[in-house]
Amino acid sequence: MVADSPMKGRRRHLLALALAGGSGVVPVLPPGAAQAQMPTAPPPLGSGYALLVPKATQGAPVRAGRVTVDAPALADNGHSVPVRIVVQSAMRPDDHVRSITLLSDRNPRPVIVKAWLGPRAGRAELSTRIRLNGTQRILALAEMSDGSWWSGQADVVVTESACLDGS
Amino acid sequence: MVVRVRIPDIVRRGQPFDVRIAIQHVMETGYRLDHSGRTIARNVIHTLVARYDGVEVYRAELGSGIAANPYLQFWITAPASGVLELSWVDDAGVAGSERVPVTVRD
Amino acid sequence: MRARPVACWLLAAVVAIAGCTVVDAGGDNGGDAGGTLATAAQARPRPLQQGSAFAPASLRALQADEFENPGMLWVARGAKLWQQAEGPDARSCASCHGDARSMRGAATRYPQVDRASGRLLNLDGRIMQCRSERQKAEPLAWESEPLLALGAYVAFQSQGLPLRPSIDGVARPFFERGRDRYQQRVGQMNLSCSQCHDSNWGRQLGPETISQGHGTGYPVYRLEWQGAGSLQRRLRSCLSGVRAEMFPYGAQEHLELELYLAWRAEGLALEAPGVRR
Repeated sequence: MVADSPMKGRRRHLLALALAGGSGVVPVLPPGAAQAQMPTAPPPLGSGYALLVPKATQGAPVRAGRVTVDAPALADNGHSVPVRIVVQSAMRPDDHVRSITLLSDRNPRPVIVKAWLGPRAGRAELSTRIRLNGTQRILALAEMSDGSWWSGQADVVVTESACLDGS
Repeated sequence: MVVRVRIPDIVRRGQPFDVRIAIQHVMETGYRLDHSGRTIARNVIHTLVARYDGVEVYRAELGSGIAANPYLQFWITAPASGVLELSWVDDAGVAGSERVPVTVRD
Repeated sequence: MRARPVACWLLAAVVAIAGCTVVDAGGDNGGDAGGTLATAAQARPRPLQQGSAFAPASLRALQADEFENPGMLWVARGAKLWQQAEGPDARSCASCHGDARSMRGAATRYPQVDRASGRLLNLDGRIMQCRSERQKAEPLAWESEPLLALGAYVAFQSQGLPLRPSIDGVARPFFERGRDRYQQRVGQMNLSCSQCHDSNWGRQLGPETISQGHGTGYPVYRLEWQGAGSLQRRLRSCLSGVRAEMFPYGAQEHLELELYLAWRAEGLALEAPGVRR
């Protein structure tokens, strides 16, 4: 699947060309303007979470800490990246993790998994294998029984295959 | 749908033990095209629930960001010997379940 | 899943590899650097290394974990299909072969020439033949999920055993054609199998290490495929990678290449179901 932001950028570019062609005017650009038309660098890692996290916590404040995200710094393939999330918690009836949410700000759907545990889990830990739409920072949120939210994150570089596979 | 579930050989009363589950499922994202260029409909296992002797002990909502042939590992505790039942359902409404007897030792 | 770059690493590296008769003469891997048809003794990479030896450590670990190896889902399905009655006489694989442990070693001897028909069959072809002629059941299609599952289950019975194909007698002409095809430059990139897997194995191609090209893990679970696939699918991947026309599944070209590859990997342990990038 293709991330939509570069496509949008290209579409805008084509639109600009079409408009210029249609009006019969060759646009004369001031020096430096051409550079502004070049595809821009991707936004910094994790920049999407300013919007995604409040949505996931319904506006509750989030503190960094108590959540560890284990993922390879260099993933073999974006189709399957092993991830382990561990939350520090006593996991007692009066003090436990209610839920764990794993988010991606570069995947088309930001919520990768949300799990509800409760004190019967005994241990606040979740492992799975995920898809990543390219290099990014993944972020995990933990909701505690006292209503507080905590977060942890990991940066994953996703490598490309050497050969295109048309099989 | 083929499923594999694994729990440890020895489960201690009240001590957390890990449950591992792997399900053969394409986890179709809804973003791929077939050979004629049509979008392949999204179909992922969206819910997985674990019950122990009928009591829900774990629930996960999965998205298209979970890899094909989903694998999950999580932890639960057992107060006594019983049956762990795992059940799941995908976007096409296909459901599956697996029952695993658990013998608790002191 | 991810955006695809227009160019690929292979394209970037093709100039270096295509020129390997010069660049790599007397190279460090003992391969056929001259680009000429090698004698049989020269044509095996030395030392021979398993297919998995070139996979990243994380995938070797995944393959070695009997539970987490995703290919084991295909083995599990194969175990069910082995018992499933099919056709007018309601015969299962088990009706004739009993416990699948009776298949131990079988997968190490494929492809082989079918005595009755004189045709070259790989393991999938044999399963398809059994299904049509013995069970008289609906034929299984090449690369279909049930065939991959049965193939994985039967191959799994031989896990750890050395490959022992026969290339003598009736098999010889098939072997020779496979060997020639292995050396044949193909596609827009004008590369032969040998140029990557004899002359340049062990070298980096983008993030990957070029393997010796042994099909010891097939059927494998490939992350790129998000599922299991046969050695023929892998050959098609390679062909598409060098921008050559892919052979259809079941084509004679595939089978002959498979026999050559099996001979080339003789003695290496069968490791199905493998896990690859």
